[in-house]
Amino acid sequence: MAEEKKVVRKVIETSKDMGRFMKDYYYELNEAATTGSRKIAWCTSVGPTELLRAMGFLVYFPETHGAMLGSTRTATDMIPAANALGYSPEICSYLTADVGAYLNKFTPLSKAYPGIETVPKPDVLVFNTNQCRDVQDWFAYYAREYNVPMIGIHTNRSVTDVNDPIVDDVAKQIENLVKPLEEISGNPFDMDKFKEVVGLSRQCSDRWKDVLETTTAKPSPMTFFDSSTLMGPAVVGRGTQIAVELYEKLLAELKDKVAKKDAAVEGERFRIYWDGMPVWGRLSAHSKLFAGLKANVLASTYCSSWIFTALEADDPFRSMARAYTELFIVRSDDYKEQYIKDKLERFGIDGIIYHDARTCPNNSNCRYGMVKRVEALSGVPSLTIDGDLCDMRCVSDEQTKTKVEAFIEQLDELKG
Amino acid sequence: MSQPVFLGIDLGASRTKVALLDSSKNLIGRAVQNSGTNYTRTAEVCLEAALEMAGAGMDDIVAGIGTGYGRSNVPFVGDTKTEIACHGKGCFHYFPHAVSIIDIGGQDNKIIKLSDAGLRTEFKMNRKCAAGTGAFLEEMSLRLNIPLEAMNDQAKQSTEMVKLGSYCTVFSGTEVLENIRNGKKVEDIVKGLFFSVIKRVLEMDSLSENVVMTGGVVAHNPYLVSMAEEIIGRSISVPPYPQFSGAIGAALFAMNLN
Ligand code: SF4
Repeated sequence: MAEEKKVVRKVIETSKDMGRFMKDYYYELNEAATTGSRKIAWCTSVGPTELLRAMGFLVYFPETHGAMLGSTRTATDMIPAANALGYSPEICSYLTADVGAYLNKFTPLSKAYPGIETVPKPDVLVFNTNQCRDVQDWFAYYAREYNVPMIGIHTNRSVTDVNDPIVDDVAKQIENLVKPLEEISGNPFDMDKFKEVVGLSRQCSDRWKDVLETTTAKPSPMTFFDSSTLMGPAVVGRGTQIAVELYEKLLAELKDKVAKKDAAVEGERFRIYWDGMPVWGRLSAHSKLFAGLKANVLASTYCSSWIFTALEADDPFRSMARAYTELFIVRSDDYKEQYIKDKLERFGIDGIIYHDARTCPNNSNCRYGMVKRVEALSGVPSLTIDGDLCDMRCVSDEQTKTKVEAFIEQLDELKG
Repeated sequence: MSQPVFLGIDLGASRTKVALLDSSKNLIGRAVQNSGTNYTRTAEVCLEAALEMAGAGMDDIVAGIGTGYGRSNVPFVGDTKTEIACHGKGCFHYFPHAVSIIDIGGQDNKIIKLSDAGLRTEFKMNRKCAAGTGAFLEEMSLRLNIPLEAMNDQAKQSTEMVKLGSYCTVFSGTEVLENIRNGKKVEDIVKGLFFSVIKRVLEMDSLSENVVMTGGVVAHNPYLVSMAEEIIGRSISVPPYPQFSGAIGAALFAMNLN
């Protein structure tokens, strides 16, 4: 019988620090929510977190909870409760899993962090539609349930040039959040504090960018499956000093690995780009699948979404508006195609995997012919796998395995 | 007799196929079985039958490759390859030029494109759905209460095809019932079913100049090939043993092992 390929999983030491950071983060939120010591804002993952932090809020991100429901494979049990309430199984499974968990009075936080019984109750919900409209509907549900205010930003979508009129519009919308946030928090807006937070957020973003850039090295010291979890602080902790320090530490570790040619995937033979979201419930399985084929999925659209190079402490409102509109997901197809092509070159990619996530058309770039256009532009072969971020009913493991193995065989043939 | 034999086992979701090649790449033995639930046993039984046909014994097997869904459950092979690779290889053996291969299997469909050198440039598999597969026809034969083997002849007799619109196997089943209720002739419904299989497969991807069809469904229902030819407006080639393409490809890969 053909031998099973053995996969050695490399450890990234700093991931332990990241784990501790996430633990402290959730306990701090829980403490504030249970004692009422600090106000809590719920924010979308690429929402105006810097402003919320500067106004004294602790910030909670429901999408991270959605990802946790996915990675603990509890989402699929929760989703039907939200469906029964009227939310279609075809919409964002972060939303349906999270709402389902709320209805079931369940949270994976309880198991991961003993003592935490529920997600922290919000004092305000703040969205940005830059990523999708689902977030607004999602937050609207909780605004009704918790009877708390919901405010937000409506960002232009399919943007080619992030020009001044767009930036002015979004910046104005961010400024308009200040007054209600002052009322809810009871804190006056402090421009210096705001600038400081935006400055820290920029530093976090720069370090995260440097971290991701280490995977241009051959062999790469890290995989996409690592960076999908290591990006936790860039999502929930940007604007804090600790997040900056964590990424400095991670960067040092990865640079050391690069210098020692310590490959994340032993014998790296194929370098793969991942477009779209991870299949959270299969992160480890997919990591093993690719590593077993000596393929390293090392760069992605997804993890790069937390790079905000436009942020500038001296011009916080406008630079935030720019940063949160320059995001890949907000952009036009023309921009996206060129962006992916540049990435393929920069990271020395042999093949692209597009994850067609059933419930997130916003992060699935393979539905309107982009696959063929990018292939024509770059000459890099690609494969589309069907799946989902959280809803495992949309995932066929056997089919994914066959497709991925066949794709790597194809790349192998091409390498000759 | 003792001559080197190369083995390919295609353990598919529905059927297991074994192909044995001699060193001149001639197909000297073949056998097919329902895959059932005991893959290892099925593979053994199938291999025995193929060896008997080849007049060879286990000791004559020099190398073997397993493919198909059950490829990691196949005993007595040196390595595994995906069915995509094996179908490509098996087809290129008979048609050594750039080609698009349409493979209709029990539970999945594939369109595989090969370059002039026989290299895969692209492949598509159906989504997690049985539309357009052998499983679809199997399900419909139950609905219509006619044996699967009889469907090809039924379809040929049709004079007025019934068009079925649904993408989904289950909804198609309802459509079939509706047509029966409305007094449509079984042969016209069967032709409609064949048409929907072909349509589902052809919409998966574009096709290059030369087209080949393979797979068990085509082997037993050659009428599907003529239907596909009519739709795409050019002739389609079928290799001598369309159901064994993957197994033959696997055996060809086994030769490379040596
Ligand atoms: S971008 Fe996709 S996954 Fe994220 S919140 Fe919107 S629909 Fe959900």
